[in-house]
Amino acid sequence: MSEHQATSGVLNPLAHQFDDLEQQHDASYFGMWIFLATEIMFFGGMFAGYTIYRHEYFSAFEAGSRLLDWRFGAANTAVLICSSLTMALAVRAAQTGQRKALITFLLLTIVLGMAFLGIKFTFEWTRDWHEHIVPGINFAPQGETLKHLQDAKVALPHVELFMFFYFAMTGFHALHMIVGIGLLTVLTIMAKQGRFSPQRFNPVEGSGLYWHFVDIVWIFLFPLLYLIGGTH
Amino acid sequence: MSGHIVPQKTYFTIFALLIGLTGLTTWVASVHIEPPWNTWVALAIAVCKATLVILFFMHVKYSSNLTRIAVVAGFFWLAILLTLTLSDILTRTWIPPSTAWQTTTIESSR
Repeated sequence: MSEHQATSGVLNPLAHQFDDLEQQHDASYFGMWIFLATEIMFFGGMFAGYTIYRHEYFSAFEAGSRLLDWRFGAANTAVLICSSLTMALAVRAAQTGQRKALITFLLLTIVLGMAFLGIKFTFEWTRDWHEHIVPGINFAPQGETLKHLQDAKVALPHVELFMFFYFAMTGFHALHMIVGIGLLTVLTIMAKQGRFSPQRFNPVEGSGLYWHFVDIVWIFLFPLLYLIGGTH
Repeated sequence: MSGHIVPQKTYFTIFALLIGLTGLTTWVASVHIEPPWNTWVALAIAVCKATLVILFFMHVKYSSNLTRIAVVAGFFWLAILLTLTLSDILTRTWIPPSTAWQTTTIESSR
């Protein structure tokens, strides 16, 4: 411990409450997983609610699912998986002390995260608003949409409930993406200042775990919201 | 001290698998599988994808047992939540509720 403190002028990579760097790293990694366990419970509640009403209003949820464009869902899944790859490579660059690569991969991850939100806001939610399928504030399906729901012989309030789940779950997911982009922006600034080293890269790894977790949530949202009604 | 450094090749392999499985789940949705089995197939693929992300991208494959307990505990809690919820929802129709109380109320109000 003392040899680290002796190097004056250089940021001490070891916080004083830890015995060594390995213990510090394990504590950070473990702590992040404890936080993610609470996140599993947060999203888990919504998934449980979804499961109940998916069972209760089976065909209404299928018909509601067909109101969403699965192509945007699939494209966004691909975008998120790409961002998870760049995030994993960013953590690796931090571990191996490649500062330039770290900054590049962090910026790439931010760009991909913004691309995801861009597709979501402009192509999906805006379209939902114009088609009057936003629950609570603008739910009055018309024309083709209404005809589709009538042909499926489903009750409109049940479809509206599906749209509630769609907006709540993708909305909280998008909120997590925005927080993630904020974290990555701070990391990029810290990386530019040279605050990370192979001895201390815990913030990069922790934020990486968070980013991958948000990806996992989407991996489940994509089939449950976009695909249950079939794509044929 | 810097944790396990995963070869770049591993990350690209996992990435390819994840994209492949996304393609698979999208393709399966275009094939007619009798509901609710289509949802189960989609969920099985999603669980595979999530497992790949957790083990490799999130380094759980290379982590300590202490961390693994935290990971498993998180998902185990979710399993309890879903199982107990479904054990109620799915079995409600097994025993029809008694209607005797309704009859008594109507008769007593007359």
